[in-house]
Amino acid sequence: MKAIKKSDIILLICIILAGAILLCIFSAIFLKKGQTVVVKVNGEEYARLPLKKDTELLIEANGGTNLLIIRDGKAWVESASCPKQICVADGELSELDPIVCNHHSVSITLE
Amino acid sequence: MTALAIIFGYIEHLIPLPIGAYGIKLGLANIVVLIMLYSVNLYGAFSVNIVRIILCALLFGSFTSFWYSLIGGILSFFVMVLIKRTNRFSPLGVSICGAVAHNVGQTAVAVILMNEFRIALYLPILLIVGAITGALIGIISIPILKAPIFKNTKKVE
Ligand SMILES: [Zn+2]
Repeated sequence: MKAIKKSDIILLICIILAGAILLCIFSAIFLKKGQTVVVKVNGEEYARLPLKKDTELLIEANGGTNLLIIRDGKAWVESASCPKQICVADGELSELDPIVCNHHSVSITLE
Repeated sequence: MTALAIIFGYIEHLIPLPIGAYGIKLGLANIVVLIMLYSVNLYGAFSVNIVRIILCALLFGSFTSFWYSLIGGILSFFVMVLIKRTNRFSPLGVSICGAVAHNVGQTAVAVILMNEFRIALYLPILLIVGAITGALIGIISIPILKAPIFKNTKKVE
Protein backbone atom coordinates (compact mmCIF):
# COMPACT_ATOMS: atom_id res chain seq x y z
CA MET A 1 0.00 0.00 0.00
CA LYS A 2 2.88 2.34 0.82
CA ALA A 3 4.81 1.34 -2.32
CA ILE A 4 5.24 3.82 -5.14
CA LYS A 5 2.53 3.38 -7.77
CA LYS A 6 2.56 3.87 -11.52
CA SER A 7 0.01 6.68 -11.08
CA ASP A 8 2.55 8.59 -8.94
CA ILE A 9 5.03 8.64 -11.79
CA ILE A 10 2.36 9.64 -14.33
CA LEU A 11 1.29 12.44 -11.96
CA LEU A 12 4.88 13.68 -11.61
CA ILE A 13 5.40 13.71 -15.39
CA CYS A 14 2.04 15.46 -15.96
CA ILE A 15 2.82 18.28 -13.50
CA ILE A 16 6.29 18.82 -14.98
CA LEU A 17 4.81 18.78 -18.50
CA ALA A 18 2.09 21.25 -17.46
CA GLY A 19 4.81 23.52 -16.03
CA ALA A 20 6.84 23.27 -19.23
CA ILE A 21 3.81 24.00 -21.46
CA LEU A 22 2.82 27.01 -19.32
CA LEU A 23 6.42 28.21 -19.46
CA CYS A 24 6.32 28.10 -23.28
CA ILE A 25 2.97 29.94 -23.41
CA PHE A 26 4.10 32.63 -20.96
CA SER A 27 7.41 33.01 -22.82
CA ALA A 28 5.59 33.52 -26.12
CA ILE A 29 3.30 36.17 -24.64
CA PHE A 30 5.53 38.04 -22.23
CA LEU A 31 9.22 37.41 -22.89
CA LYS A 32 11.35 40.29 -24.19
CA LYS A 33 8.42 42.69 -24.16
CA GLY A 34 9.12 44.31 -20.83
CA GLN A 35 10.84 47.67 -20.99
CA THR A 36 9.67 49.23 -17.76
CA VAL A 37 10.67 48.17 -14.26
CA VAL A 38 7.64 48.52 -11.99
CA VAL A 39 8.14 48.59 -8.22
CA LYS A 40 5.13 48.05 -5.96
CA VAL A 41 5.05 48.36 -2.18
CA ASN A 42 2.03 46.95 -0.31
CA GLY A 43 0.34 46.53 -3.69
CA GLU A 44 0.67 50.21 -4.60
CA GLU A 45 2.93 51.55 -7.31
CA TYR A 46 6.10 52.98 -5.80
CA ALA A 47 8.23 53.63 -8.87
CA ARG A 48 8.24 53.10 -12.64
CA LEU A 49 11.67 53.16 -14.26
CA PRO A 50 12.83 52.58 -17.85
CA LEU A 51 15.08 49.52 -18.18
CA LYS A 52 17.26 51.39 -20.68
CA LYS A 53 18.37 54.10 -18.26
CA ASP A 54 21.06 53.21 -15.72
CA THR A 55 19.95 54.12 -12.21
CA GLU A 56 19.84 53.10 -8.57
CA LEU A 57 16.80 53.19 -6.31
CA LEU A 58 16.71 52.68 -2.57
CA ILE A 59 13.24 51.28 -1.90
CA GLU A 60 12.07 52.12 1.62
CA ALA A 61 9.23 49.82 2.61
CA ASN A 62 7.72 48.57 5.87
CA GLY A 63 10.69 49.52 8.00
CA GLY A 64 13.29 48.03 5.65
CA THR A 65 15.18 48.79 2.49
CA ASN A 66 15.93 47.10 -0.85
CA LEU A 67 18.56 48.58 -3.15
CA LEU A 68 17.48 48.20 -6.79
CA ILE A 69 20.13 48.62 -9.48
CA ILE A 70 19.38 49.12 -13.19
CA ARG A 71 22.45 48.89 -15.40
CA ASP A 72 23.06 47.91 -19.05
CA GLY A 73 19.44 46.91 -19.54
CA LYS A 74 19.49 44.62 -16.51
CA ALA A 75 17.84 45.06 -13.12
CA TRP A 76 18.52 43.35 -9.80
CA VAL A 77 18.37 43.85 -6.03
CA GLU A 78 21.93 44.49 -4.90
CA SER A 79 21.25 44.44 -1.15
CA ALA A 80 18.35 44.37 1.27
CA SER A 81 17.71 44.53 5.01
CA CYS A 82 15.35 41.53 5.08
CA PRO A 83 16.38 38.37 6.99
CA LYS A 84 16.08 35.73 4.25
CA GLN A 85 17.68 37.75 1.41
CA ILE A 86 15.59 35.90 -1.16
CA CYS A 87 15.13 39.10 -3.20
CA VAL A 88 18.92 39.46 -3.43
CA ALA A 89 19.45 35.76 -4.22
CA ASP A 90 16.82 35.98 -6.98
CA GLY A 91 19.34 37.79 -9.20
CA GLU A 92 18.46 39.41 -12.50
CA LEU A 93 14.88 40.52 -13.12
CA SER A 94 13.09 39.00 -16.10
CA GLU A 95 9.50 38.93 -17.36
CA LEU A 96 8.97 35.39 -16.08
CA ASP A 97 11.03 35.79 -12.92
CA PRO A 98 9.71 38.75 -10.92
CA ILE A 99 11.64 39.76 -7.82
CA VAL A 100 9.59 39.55 -4.65
CA CYS A 101 10.52 40.54 -1.10
CA ASN A 102 7.77 39.04 1.04
CA HIS A 103 9.28 40.53 4.18
CA HIS A 104 8.96 44.13 2.96
CA SER A 105 5.91 43.48 0.70
CA VAL A 106 7.90 44.67 -2.31
CA SER A 107 7.37 43.35 -5.83
CA ILE A 108 9.55 44.26 -8.81
CA THR A 109 8.27 43.29 -12.26
CA LEU A 110 8.98 44.01 -15.89
CA GLU A 111 6.10 45.47 -17.90
CA MET B 1 3.36 13.37 17.75
CA THR B 2 2.54 17.05 18.26
CA ALA B 3 5.97 17.62 19.79
CA LEU B 4 7.63 15.86 16.87
CA ALA B 5 5.75 18.03 14.38
CA ILE B 6 6.81 21.23 16.10
CA ILE B 7 10.42 20.04 16.28
CA PHE B 8 10.37 19.34 12.54
CA GLY B 9 8.81 22.73 11.91
CA TYR B 10 11.48 24.26 14.11
CA ILE B 11 14.25 22.55 12.13
CA GLU B 12 12.67 23.77 8.90
CA HIS B 13 12.78 27.37 10.06
CA LEU B 14 16.30 27.01 11.38
CA ILE B 15 17.46 25.89 7.96
CA PRO B 16 15.70 28.05 5.41
CA LEU B 17 16.65 26.75 1.99
CA PRO B 18 16.03 29.44 -0.58
CA ILE B 19 17.44 28.08 -3.81
CA GLY B 20 17.63 31.17 -5.94
CA ALA B 21 14.11 32.46 -5.61
CA TYR B 22 11.18 32.96 -3.30
CA GLY B 23 8.97 30.05 -2.41
CA ILE B 24 11.50 27.42 -3.32
CA LYS B 25 12.40 25.31 -0.36
CA LEU B 26 12.47 21.66 0.48
CA GLY B 27 9.45 21.83 2.77
CA LEU B 28 10.82 19.63 5.53
CA ALA B 29 7.69 20.35 7.57
CA ASN B 30 5.72 18.50 4.94
CA ILE B 31 7.38 15.24 6.04
CA VAL B 32 5.56 15.61 9.37
CA VAL B 33 2.25 16.59 7.77
CA LEU B 34 2.52 13.60 5.42
CA ILE B 35 3.31 11.19 8.27
CA MET B 36 0.46 12.63 10.35
CA LEU B 37 -1.97 12.07 7.48
CA TYR B 38 -1.07 8.39 7.42
CA SER B 39 -0.73 7.81 11.16
CA VAL B 40 -3.28 9.88 13.12
CA ASN B 41 -6.80 11.05 12.36
CA LEU B 42 -7.60 13.99 10.11
CA TYR B 43 -8.59 16.34 12.93
CA GLY B 44 -5.34 15.67 14.80
CA ALA B 45 -3.23 16.16 11.69
CA PHE B 46 -4.99 19.41 10.85
CA SER B 47 -4.72 20.80 14.40
CA VAL B 48 -1.02 20.03 14.63
CA ASN B 49 -0.49 21.62 11.22
CA ILE B 50 -2.24 24.86 12.25
CA VAL B 51 -0.49 24.99 15.63
CA ARG B 52 2.85 24.43 13.87
CA ILE B 53 2.22 27.26 11.38
CA ILE B 54 1.12 29.71 14.12
CA LEU B 55 4.02 28.81 16.43
CA CYS B 56 6.60 29.07 13.66
CA ALA B 57 5.18 32.42 12.55
CA LEU B 58 5.28 33.73 16.12
CA LEU B 59 8.81 32.48 16.72
CA PHE B 60 10.55 33.19 13.42
CA GLY B 61 8.21 34.96 11.03
CA SER B 62 6.53 38.26 10.44
CA PHE B 63 2.84 39.03 10.09
CA THR B 64 3.02 38.81 6.30
CA SER B 65 5.01 35.56 6.33
CA PHE B 66 2.22 34.13 8.51
CA TRP B 67 -0.32 34.58 5.71
CA TYR B 68 1.96 32.86 3.21
CA SER B 69 2.50 29.88 5.52
CA LEU B 70 -1.14 29.69 6.56
CA ILE B 71 -2.71 29.79 3.09
CA GLY B 72 0.03 27.58 1.59
CA GLY B 73 -0.26 25.15 4.52
CA ILE B 74 -4.06 24.89 4.49
CA LEU B 75 -4.33 24.53 0.70
CA SER B 76 -1.56 21.93 0.68
CA PHE B 77 -3.25 20.03 3.53
CA PHE B 78 -6.66 19.82 1.85
CA VAL B 79 -5.17 18.84 -1.51
CA MET B 80 -3.18 16.06 0.18
CA VAL B 81 -6.31 14.81 2.00
CA LEU B 82 -8.26 14.72 -1.29
CA ILE B 83 -5.46 12.96 -3.19
CA LYS B 84 -5.04 10.42 -0.39
CA ARG B 85 -8.82 9.76 -0.35
CA THR B 86 -8.75 8.75 -4.02
CA ASN B 87 -6.59 5.74 -3.04
CA ARG B 88 -4.94 5.95 -6.44
CA PHE B 89 -1.65 7.34 -5.22
CA SER B 90 1.06 6.37 -2.74
CA PRO B 91 2.49 8.88 -0.23
CA LEU B 92 4.78 9.95 -3.09
CA GLY B 93 1.89 11.25 -5.21
CA VAL B 94 0.24 12.81 -2.14
CA SER B 95 3.49 14.60 -1.29
CA ILE B 96 3.96 15.89 -4.85
CA CYS B 97 0.44 17.37 -4.92
CA GLY B 98 0.95 18.86 -1.46
CA ALA B 99 4.15 20.65 -2.48
CA VAL B 100 2.63 21.94 -5.73
CA ALA B 101 -0.48 23.17 -3.87
CA HIS B 102 1.75 24.87 -1.30
CA ASN B 103 3.57 26.80 -4.06
CA VAL B 104 0.33 27.70 -5.83
CA GLY B 105 -1.16 28.93 -2.53
CA GLN B 106 1.86 31.07 -1.71
CA THR B 107 1.90 32.55 -5.22
CA ALA B 108 -1.81 33.39 -4.89
CA VAL B 109 -1.12 35.19 -1.60
CA ALA B 110 1.73 37.14 -3.23
CA VAL B 111 -0.47 38.14 -6.19
CA ILE B 112 -3.22 39.34 -3.83
CA LEU B 113 -1.07 41.03 -1.16
CA MET B 114 1.12 42.80 -3.71
CA ASN B 115 -1.67 43.49 -6.21
CA GLU B 116 0.59 42.33 -9.04
CA PHE B 117 -0.65 39.56 -11.39
CA ARG B 118 2.80 39.31 -13.02
CA ILE B 119 4.06 37.43 -9.96
CA ALA B 120 1.96 34.53 -11.28
CA LEU B 121 4.24 34.38 -14.34
CA TYR B 122 6.67 32.59 -12.05
CA LEU B 123 4.12 29.78 -11.54
CA PRO B 124 5.39 27.41 -14.29
CA ILE B 125 8.80 27.20 -12.61
CA LEU B 126 7.14 26.78 -9.21
CA LEU B 127 5.05 23.88 -10.58
CA ILE B 128 8.14 22.06 -11.79
CA VAL B 129 10.11 22.79 -8.62
CA GLY B 130 7.15 21.80 -6.42
CA ALA B 131 6.80 18.48 -8.25
CA ILE B 132 10.49 17.72 -7.71
CA THR B 133 10.71 18.82 -4.05
CA GLY B 134 7.42 17.02 -3.33
CA ALA B 135 8.84 13.84 -4.87
CA LEU B 136 11.99 14.14 -2.71
CA ILE B 137 9.89 14.64 0.46
CA GLY B 138 7.75 11.64 -0.54
CA ILE B 139 10.81 9.45 -1.07
CA ILE B 140 12.16 10.47 2.36
CA SER B 141 8.80 9.87 4.05
CA ILE B 142 7.99 6.41 2.69
CA PRO B 143 10.67 4.54 4.73
CA ILE B 144 9.66 6.52 7.85
CA LEU B 145 6.04 5.45 7.33
CA LYS B 146 7.16 1.84 7.21
CA ALA B 147 8.77 2.16 10.67
CA PRO B 148 7.05 0.03 13.36
CA ILE B 149 5.86 3.00 15.47
CA PHE B 150 3.75 4.31 12.61
CA LYS B 151 2.36 0.87 11.86
CA ASN B 152 1.10 0.81 15.45
CA THR B 153 -0.40 4.30 15.44
CA LYS B 154 -2.17 3.43 12.18
CA LYS B 155 -4.60 1.35 14.25
CA VAL B 156 -5.86 4.53 15.90
CA GLU B 157 -7.36 5.69 12.62
ZN1 LIG C 1 14.00 40.58 0.66
